[in-house]
Amino acid sequence: MSGLFDDAARRLRSNPGALCAMFIILSMVALTLIGPWFNPNGGEALDWSHVASQPALQSAHWFGTDRLGRDLFARTLQGTRVSLAVGLVASAVSLLVGIGYGGVAGYVGGRTDHVMMRIIEILSGLPLIFFVIFLTVIFGRNEYLLFLSIGAVGWLTMARIVRGQTLSIRQREFIEAAVASGAGTARIIAKHVIPNVIGPVIVYATLTVPQIIMFESFLSFLGLGIQEPRASLGTLIAEGAGEMEAAPWILLVPGGFLAVLLLCLNIFGDGLRDALDVKER
Amino acid sequence: MTPLLSIEEVSVSFSQHKRSIAAVRQVSLAVAARECVGIVGESGSGKTQVFMAVMGLLAANARADGSVRFEGHDILATAPEHLNRVRGSKLTMIFQDPMTSLTPHLKIGTQLAEVLVCHAGKSWSEARIAARRMLERVRVPEPIRRLNQYPHELSGGLRQRVMIGMSLLCDPMLVIADEPTTALDVTVQAQIIELLRAMREEVGTALVLISHDLAVVAGLADRILVMYAGRIVESATAVELFRHAQHPYTAELLKCIPSLSSPRLERLPTLAGQPPQPGDSLPGCMFAPRCSRAAERCRVERPLLAPTVGIARHVACHYPLPP
Repeated sequence: MSGLFDDAARRLRSNPGALCAMFIILSMVALTLIGPWFNPNGGEALDWSHVASQPALQSAHWFGTDRLGRDLFARTLQGTRVSLAVGLVASAVSLLVGIGYGGVAGYVGGRTDHVMMRIIEILSGLPLIFFVIFLTVIFGRNEYLLFLSIGAVGWLTMARIVRGQTLSIRQREFIEAAVASGAGTARIIAKHVIPNVIGPVIVYATLTVPQIIMFESFLSFLGLGIQEPRASLGTLIAEGAGEMEAAPWILLVPGGFLAVLLLCLNIFGDGLRDALDVKER
Repeated sequence: MTPLLSIEEVSVSFSQHKRSIAAVRQVSLAVAARECVGIVGESGSGKTQVFMAVMGLLAANARADGSVRFEGHDILATAPEHLNRVRGSKLTMIFQDPMTSLTPHLKIGTQLAEVLVCHAGKSWSEARIAARRMLERVRVPEPIRRLNQYPHELSGGLRQRVMIGMSLLCDPMLVIADEPTTALDVTVQAQIIELLRAMREEVGTALVLISHDLAVVAGLADRILVMYAGRIVESATAVELFRHAQHPYTAELLKCIPSLSSPRLERLPTLAGQPPQPGDSLPGCMFAPRCSRAAERCRVERPLLAPTVGIARHVACHYPLPP
C-alpha cells in the first residue's frame, strides 16, 4: 500500500535540508518543554546581584540576565513556547475554518459561492493592525483576543486556496459518481472533496505557522500582543532593542531564537511542498 | 404492465450565451423490468444526456422537460434529497471512465462499503463483508487484498469491475451503463461485456447500455434504439436491426462496420457529411442532408417515430428501406 503520505514521507526523507530543519524545530520544541527542568532560575525571579549580566556558562545565568535581573534563558524558552503556541493554534484555527468555508463555497458554487467570496474580500480589506488596536481598545489586552484576531484574518487565504482546489475537484468524474450513488452534499464535501485537497492545504498551513509567529512578534514588539510578565519572542526583542548598546545579548538571544525558528519552519514547509507536490510526479 | 422506467417527451437543452441549444428533442422510451435496452448513436446525439437527466446529473446550465417515471414516480420533479433514496440503490449508473470515477484517496473497500452503509443501513463491518462477496461475484481476483487497495493500484479492467460491483450492491432494479467499455482496450472490453451479461442473468436487473459501438450493444441488448441529432430514429430488436435496418442512417452505420468475412474491401465505407451542430434545427428530417434517399418531403416535413412492421419495431423515416 502506498498512499499519498507514504510517498511524501519517502520524498521528505531524501531531502537533507528539510530533515535538518525538522530536527532543529523538534529540538527547540523539546528544549522549551524540558528546559525549565534543569534551569535553576524561574522566568519571573529577580536576581538583584546580577542585573544585565553577560552570558556565561559557568554562572547561574547561561544566557545572562535582563535589566531587571531576570534569567534570559528561562525568559527566552517561555517566549519561544508562547510564540510557537500562538503560531500553531492560530494556524489550526485558520486551517479548520478555511477548509470548511472554502470547501462549501467551492462545492456548492453559484450564488452561495458569490456571497461567501465577497465576505472574504470585505474581511481581507480590513487593515489588520487597526483591527487589532480596535479590539484591544474595546476589550482590553487579552491573550485570547490576540489568538482570535490573528485567527480571524489567517483563514482568509486558506479558504481561497481550498475553494480553488475544490472547484477543480468538483469537475472530476468521481464526484459525479458519488452524486449518482446518492451521496448528499455534506457527505461529498467531507469524504470526497476535502481529503483530495489536503496536500496543498497542509503545505500552506506549514507556511502559515512562521507567518503568524512573525505577526505575533510584530504585534508584541509594538506592545499590542503578549503582556508582561508573560513573554513572547516579540516582547523580549522589544525589551532587548532598548538595551541594544549596553547589553546586546538581551536582543541577540531572543532574536537569534526567532530567526532560527522562522528559517527552519520555512525550509521545512518548502521541503513538505516538494514532497507533497503531486504535479511534479 | 407498467414499465420500470418510462421516459416521455423528454427534451434537454443547454443555455449558453443566452441561447438555448437543444441536445435531446422529445425522446420517449420505456424500459421493462429485466430488459436490456441498447442506445446507440454517434457523439453528440444526446444518448448520454437523456440518462443524465434521468439520474439528475445534468450540468448546471441544462434544462430537462418532459416526464421521467421510475416505478411510477416522476423523478424529474423530485428534489435531490428524495432522489438520493432511489439513485445509488434502485437506480444505479456505471460511468464511462473507470480511471477517474473512483475517489482516489479512498480504499476500494471503503468506497464499496459506503454505498451499503448509506443506502442499506448496514454497519461498516457487515458492509465490508458484502463488499468482499461482491468483488468475488464480479470476478475480481484476490478480493480481500483489493479491498485494501487504492484505485490507482488497480488496472482499468479491474476498476471497471469494481464500478460494476458497486452499481449492483443494493440489488438495483435498473442499471444504466454509459459506455462502460470505451476507456478499455479490446480484450478487456470483451471480458467486461461478458461480465455484464453474466450479472444480468444472475441478478435479473434491467440494463440500459449506452454506446457508440454497435458491436458492444449487439451482444447484450434485447432491443436497440438508434439516436441521431437528439432524436430516436429507429427502434428494433437486436436481431431485426442487424438483419435489416429500416432507417437509412442505421443502414449506413451497419455498412461502416468492418467485417472479417469480406476481406476484399478496399476502403472502409464512411458516412458522408457532418452531423448537424447541436444548435441547428431543420424543419424536416435531421438526417436529410446526408441521406441518399431523401426527397423533397424529407426537407419539409419531420418524420415521426411511426410503428412499421411488428410491435417493437419503430422507425422515424418517410421512406424506410423495404425489407
